[in-house]
Amino acid sequence: MSLHRVWILVLRYVFIYRRSWVRMLEILFWPTMELLVWGYVTRFIQRAGQGELPHLITFLIGAMIFWDILYRSQQGITLSFLEDVWTRNLLNIFCGPVRLAEYILGAFLFGLLRVSVTLVFLIVLAWVLYQFDLFALGFYLVPFVANLLVLGLALGMMTTAIIIRYGQGAEALAWGVPFLIQPFAAVFYPVSVLPKPMQVIAYAIPCTHVFEGMREVIRSGAMSWSHLGWAVGLNVIYLAVAMWLLVRMFNVALDHGLIAKLGTE
Amino acid sequence: MSSDVILRVDELTKVFGDLVAVDRLSFSLSRGEIVGLLGANGAGKTTALHMILGVLRPTSGRIEIFGRDLHRHRIEVLSRMNFSSVDVNLPANLRVWQNLWIFAKLYGVQDTWSRMDRLLELLEIGHLRNAITGHLSSGEQTRLNLCKALLNDPELLLLDEPTSSLDPDIADKVRKLLRRIQRERGLSILYTSHNMRDIEEVCDRILFIHRGRLIAEGPPQRVIQQFRHRNLEELFIHIARHGEVVVRGDEV
Repeated sequence: MSLHRVWILVLRYVFIYRRSWVRMLEILFWPTMELLVWGYVTRFIQRAGQGELPHLITFLIGAMIFWDILYRSQQGITLSFLEDVWTRNLLNIFCGPVRLAEYILGAFLFGLLRVSVTLVFLIVLAWVLYQFDLFALGFYLVPFVANLLVLGLALGMMTTAIIIRYGQGAEALAWGVPFLIQPFAAVFYPVSVLPKPMQVIAYAIPCTHVFEGMREVIRSGAMSWSHLGWAVGLNVIYLAVAMWLLVRMFNVALDHGLIAKLGTE
Repeated sequence: MSSDVILRVDELTKVFGDLVAVDRLSFSLSRGEIVGLLGANGAGKTTALHMILGVLRPTSGRIEIFGRDLHRHRIEVLSRMNFSSVDVNLPANLRVWQNLWIFAKLYGVQDTWSRMDRLLELLEIGHLRNAITGHLSSGEQTRLNLCKALLNDPELLLLDEPTSSLDPDIADKVRKLLRRIQRERGLSILYTSHNMRDIEEVCDRILFIHRGRLIAEGPPQRVIQQFRHRNLEELFIHIARHGEVVVRGDEV
């Protein structure tokens, strides 16, 4: 064994990492996100009163299913785009009579199909294994799911925009972006567990209101409509920003030849 | 503008920072004409091609295809043209027919199945209709890319190194096929290749680009004689190494 060659191979990885700020960031990103999420889950369990404990498992299962809807919806767009990058097919698509909006909508609808399959499977599995009935949320289920899908669409467009701009070096964001908001979105614990400054950020994220609303319905059977109103309003803003960002980055890509580069590299 | 002109490029320029990749390039392509775009690596061929395909925005200049401004009528124009490049693939995990079917539908091809079968047979890969695309050899994949490029019966075809991974027998068949389609259907082709035999055999006219500038234009034999070389390969090497000498016309 040559230690010199081993060292050269280590250097090769260092060079690869130095070329991508996303990869550098990733070293700290995942552990930090995991620590934050599980730290606040622990705090929530510690603070929960005796009356709250029976709801805890239901909260967690419901949150897990809802989180998956958001995550898969975002992935539907980003991974479909990356699939075309990985197979060097992107240029074939964009040199054809395809509009950016058509491409994104196609990817979103496929994502919707994937979410539907996942959702049905998880609902059945949660019922069989834990007697968790997602339909206990009743009518609220529809606006909850719709809001998560729309946020997934917005996050998917934002992620795709960043990958278009920064190339394949940024592809880790396809998985990272939803988890970036997870600790703030109070998925597995209520917003009240978070420190005050984080609560401000939390309430600016549409899905926070969905998760808060879900817990409220499970706990009391009713929900304040303000949560739904905030979720819809914020989603409109997120969607508008995502569209603007995607079109902007696509134009930058057209100016710098990044579409062609992504499609052939 | 003459109705026979399919593609008109006017003062096309692309600047990346300090680099002028394409410098005031002007040319036109008539209906039924095959034009070779030649130049050394980095001369600006691919940059020009990407601008004509609408995936790279020019710094200045204008591109008209079928008499329409490319950037204003992108979808209409792109649905009447097609392209194939050695650097671009069809998804490896799909079957050959699935890849062709998807692009046929995207281009709005009517008689999808018969068109697909006819092209697969023409390019001698009919037996691979159900094969997984990723399992094809590079020569077979190149022919499949050509099938995709011919699916919508394009009026303008952009080919980037279409024979680079083909064996001499198949490359010869592809050249003859392109010539045949050009004759029968009046197809116009903009063709880049580093294979000078390809160019001499297939192209009616060549455009020589050096450092983003058009430095020679005309039928291959005329250009060869004009610059007093024995063949296109010699001329290519000369321009790549001493482009500025030719530009000054010292040897003419």
